[in-house]
Amino acid sequence: MSLEILNITKNFGGMRVLDDVSLSVPTGSLFGLIGPNGAGKSTLFAAISGFQKQETGEVRLDGKRIDALSPQARARAGLVRTFQVPREFGHLTVRENLCAAAPNQTGESLLGLFFRPARVAREEAEIAAEAAEIMQRLRLTQVADQPARLLSGGQKKLLELGRALMLEPRFILLDEPFAGVNPVLIEEIADRIRDLNATGIGFLIIEHDLEALTRLTPYLAVLDRGRIIAEGAPDAVLADAQVREAYLGGTV
Amino acid sequence: MSAYLVAITILTLIYVLLALGLTLQFGLTGLINFGHVGFFAIGAYTSALLTLNGWPVAVGILAAAMAAMLPALPIGYISLRLRDDYFAIVTLAFSEVVRIVVTNARDWTAGTQGLPGIARLYASLSGAASEWAVLGTILAVTLLAVWMITRIARSPFGRLIQAIRDNEVAVKALGKDPAWFKIQVLAVGAALAGIAGAFYAHYITYIVPDQFVPLVTFYAWMAITLGGASRISGAVVGSAILMVLLEGSRFLHDFLPMISDSAMASVRIGVVGLLLIVCIIWRPQGLMGERGER
Repeated sequence: MSLEILNITKNFGGMRVLDDVSLSVPTGSLFGLIGPNGAGKSTLFAAISGFQKQETGEVRLDGKRIDALSPQARARAGLVRTFQVPREFGHLTVRENLCAAAPNQTGESLLGLFFRPARVAREEAEIAAEAAEIMQRLRLTQVADQPARLLSGGQKKLLELGRALMLEPRFILLDEPFAGVNPVLIEEIADRIRDLNATGIGFLIIEHDLEALTRLTPYLAVLDRGRIIAEGAPDAVLADAQVREAYLGGTV
Repeated sequence: MSAYLVAITILTLIYVLLALGLTLQFGLTGLINFGHVGFFAIGAYTSALLTLNGWPVAVGILAAAMAAMLPALPIGYISLRLRDDYFAIVTLAFSEVVRIVVTNARDWTAGTQGLPGIARLYASLSGAASEWAVLGTILAVTLLAVWMITRIARSPFGRLIQAIRDNEVAVKALGKDPAWFKIQVLAVGAALAGIAGAFYAHYITYIVPDQFVPLVTFYAWMAITLGGASRISGAVVGSAILMVLLEGSRFLHDFLPMISDSAMASVRIGVVGLLLIVCIIWRPQGLMGERGER
């Protein structure tokens, strides 16, 4: 399933934040998006995931336009995002955070809850098993019953990733998965992303930590002042004069 | 004295029904409903008018629940696009609109004259026996409501509304629609308030618009704040404490004879407010809440 972004334009007041941005993210790829502060990365993510309405342009998932859908509908279609500042459900445990993300739960309807208790119990058991497996895979099992607000920054990033996995998505948009994470856990998160990518899930990743991202993604695009100024293999992109000028200030 | 205690217990249970709705709406979902008394008033007037026109009390109480649920739909729909604080103002305005409508729809509600002679529950029984029967009935309904809200709180539905309280945007990102959950939560709380209103009307047997001022809403808020907003036991314990404070402060007059009766009403509210402040400083999570909860 491919993700296509075609000619997206977005203004904030008189400011053009995204200027005719197009990206083609192939099925199951590991795609990095870098750019300096204020380049429009998060706005682009918001437009792709439906949290911001773009002025013009299209978002296509597997050829089908999804740019008129609500964020909820896009998530259900298989395109799930995480957030730069983690949005954990702080008073719920890690396990409950994951269970809450499971789709199509009978127990989330009041009628189902009171009139189909057996079915609700059976589904809960399935959901709990799935959550346990994801926690295992993300090494979150030891904090399963802790309130999510008590997790470290890196654990919260993993939790968001885990919640996204509960939807069995085909594409995950990761917004700065390494921001505020200690170096040891950065490698850990990168490993988990690689593992998941190997199972066929596509990733589009925004990141500030250039080094970590270039080691993780075989393909990079660079956004600067709302425009894509380069894309390709990391080495080639980082060698590009325009990129060095815009993003790296010529120091790298 | 026992008649007095029965009466106080009945009023306390009516407040428990009101407070349980707020526990669900605010404690679990994070919705700030400052118009709870509006649903209470709709319930009271619906059941009073139906029974005054010859319908049985049981039908009146059921209709009260349904009628109170109706406005939850448009109000919930509005809440899709409003931030917490604006939602609070809209609900407060809603309850004032209800009060002003019942004040002015004189053909139906007799306006400020009020509706006297509302049928009592178990009117055929003798005085004391009927009081106890009323108490038993309201207690049974309250226990049923406690069971229902507990069941909801511990279910996948309860998990999701708490997720909405903690982070609504993340709920959307996970493909779920917070709006529909909020509407259902509003409707359930409204139904409980409607039933509470019906019991109130049939117990006091006389209702006027002045009984449905925003202060009633804030008494219910005080109850959940004292008891612990995110705990179901908090609604019960908080309502009991509130009633002890409100009733207990009646006896202040014995200690402060120099204050006139009319001034005493204000002093009582002041005392309750002071105790509320002390409680919030000393135990912000409420009596039944755990540390770190809100």
